Amino acid sequence: MRNTFADTFYELGKEDPRLAVVVADISPAGSIAKFREDYPERFINTGVAEQIMIGICAGMALRGMRPFAYTIATFTLYRPFEFVRNDLAYQGLPVTIVGIGGGVTYSTLGGTHHAMEDIAIASAIPNMKVIAPCDPLEVKLATTWCAKENNSGPVYLRLGKAGEPILTGEAIDPFQVGKIRYIKRGTDTCIISYGPTVQKALELASRLEGKKSEVEGKANGEVDDKGTKGTGESVSVISCHTTKPLDVEGVAKALHSHKRVIVLEEHVPHGGLGSRIKEVAWDCKAECELQTFSLRDEFIHVYGSHEELLGAHGFDFLI
Amino acid sequence: MKSSNCSDKSFDSNGSFDSDRSFDLEVARRRCVDYRRRILEISQTVTALHVAPAFSCLEITDLIYHELMRFKQTDLHNSPELSDTFLMSKGHGCLAQYVILEKLNILSKQDLSLYCKPGGQLGAHPDYGVPGIEASTGSLGHGLGIAVGMAYADKLMRSDRKTYVVLSDGELQEGSTWEAIMMAANLNLNNLIAFLDLNDFGGLARMSEGHPAFYPVVEKLESFGWEVAEVDGHNSQAMFEAVVNFEAGLNRKNEPSTKSSAKNSAEKPFFIVCNTIKGKGVSYMEHVPIWHYRSPNPTEYKQALNELETSL
Repeated sequence: MRNTFADTFYELGKEDPRLAVVVADISPAGSIAKFREDYPERFINTGVAEQIMIGICAGMALRGMRPFAYTIATFTLYRPFEFVRNDLAYQGLPVTIVGIGGGVTYSTLGGTHHAMEDIAIASAIPNMKVIAPCDPLEVKLATTWCAKENNSGPVYLRLGKAGEPILTGEAIDPFQVGKIRYIKRGTDTCIISYGPTVQKALELASRLEGKKSEVEGKANGEVDDKGTKGTGESVSVISCHTTKPLDVEGVAKALHSHKRVIVLEEHVPHGGLGSRIKEVAWDCKAECELQTFSLRDEFIHVYGSHEELLGAHGFDFLI
Repeated sequence: MKSSNCSDKSFDSNGSFDSDRSFDLEVARRRCVDYRRRILEISQTVTALHVAPAFSCLEITDLIYHELMRFKQTDLHNSPELSDTFLMSKGHGCLAQYVILEKLNILSKQDLSLYCKPGGQLGAHPDYGVPGIEASTGSLGHGLGIAVGMAYADKLMRSDRKTYVVLSDGELQEGSTWEAIMMAANLNLNNLIAFLDLNDFGGLARMSEGHPAFYPVVEKLESFGWEVAEVDGHNSQAMFEAVVNFEAGLNRKNEPSTKSSAKNSAEKPFFIVCNTIKGKGVSYMEHVPIWHYRSPNPTEYKQALNELETSL
């Protein structure tokens, strides 16, 4: 994801002199390093100083530029929070706040580097948009939208890290900011997710559908070695890349057209997509079964792989 | 508004001052008396407003608008358009800015009569989008950072625009202000001029008593890579001359630095440390913390008006 962001930003920045990247002492990945070499004036490193990173972005945007603030998610959003709120959101400036390592991606760096509450925090601010692409293809489209189409208010662009696979190559719907996107469409159960967790949603869908390759020869209805029943049901998977503004109409339709809706997210239970969809379900009088799975409302002191961290948060059934 | 307000700025092609330009101290003094009267008048329409913080930075703000900032040519019947930027980073001083914007026809008399009232567009801190207000400030420690971004963008776009910022001494307690101070010097923003309204008062007490390590200020700013001058912040002439001297330094761009490691002074941003008196001009307000936000009662109002004629 990082590299796709960097490649996309480089290509866009080559054409558009309004684009600049402001980092806070994070080593520029991939093509951002090339951007730094080719356009040194539009690569600014504020050092370990995140408040001025956001302040500079605000000033540049007030002069008509379209800066991207870029560092680890906790430092791009939490540390300079009041600057994000006042300088960017309150003034309605088109600045993209790129948060690398959303969720517990930085699994060995410890809890200080986990952005488990970022969707809630960013979503609470008026004028803020929140986009969490699920794969490199969505990263490219989201980055392009932020650079070219966003004309009002900041975007919190939540990215993973590196090595995420392509998930949306055969998606049913196109990527459109503010709209949910069916990656696959079924009739019984619908799994809604965002960010790299969509990969888990697709794997879960396969297991629920009881495909032989996933359940290793077990019959429909039989519990697999991960405790999931392959029921042979028909499953939809939605990439809800724009968590704010949420596609309320699209979510309501999904709630009405499936017997069961499952929300999966790498985020604490409060203020994320799960709780938002429960609000929509109440408002639209949904009758489906609704299950939400999130990180725990806990700081978990575990070091290991990203998957091991997810496991410690109770996502064993997904990994 | 008289045409002279728009056309009397004399700049050379680099956007620098003509250092021979005269400065009429008496005219500036008269304006600042009138602006204080207008602020006191507004104070009688609301229960609370920041009179003393505005009086503290009135000469500073007056100087920036009337002597430093440039205006684009404009139809005399319309609002003038400013070529340079002003940010009241100490947003609670905004009455000083509002009364000047009113004088310049950028804000209307009605705007000021609806100050802090429903239907009006002026609050106790400057709000982006209001005519003449280029950023929302007042949460302290934000203005200088925004100014750094603006000044840097101006450099990228090869614009000769200048950015003027007024900060309070309290704002220098914010870590974010020091982040901005460092970056302004790192980015060689010699198109950025910051005025420090150093009245030695926070909202509660004297800085020199409560936070003695705040001082010395000038040496701190110099060591962070800024050009610094220290002047009397109620002496418009002294502040004007400090800016003229700084501008003259910018014009000596190729002058070699005395130390090989020291940055050429022509590349540095400029901080004018202005020693001021909170509540300047009204005896009972000067150095008295309650006037940070209190409005005078009718008796106090009359006394203030009488004092202004002789105290400045």
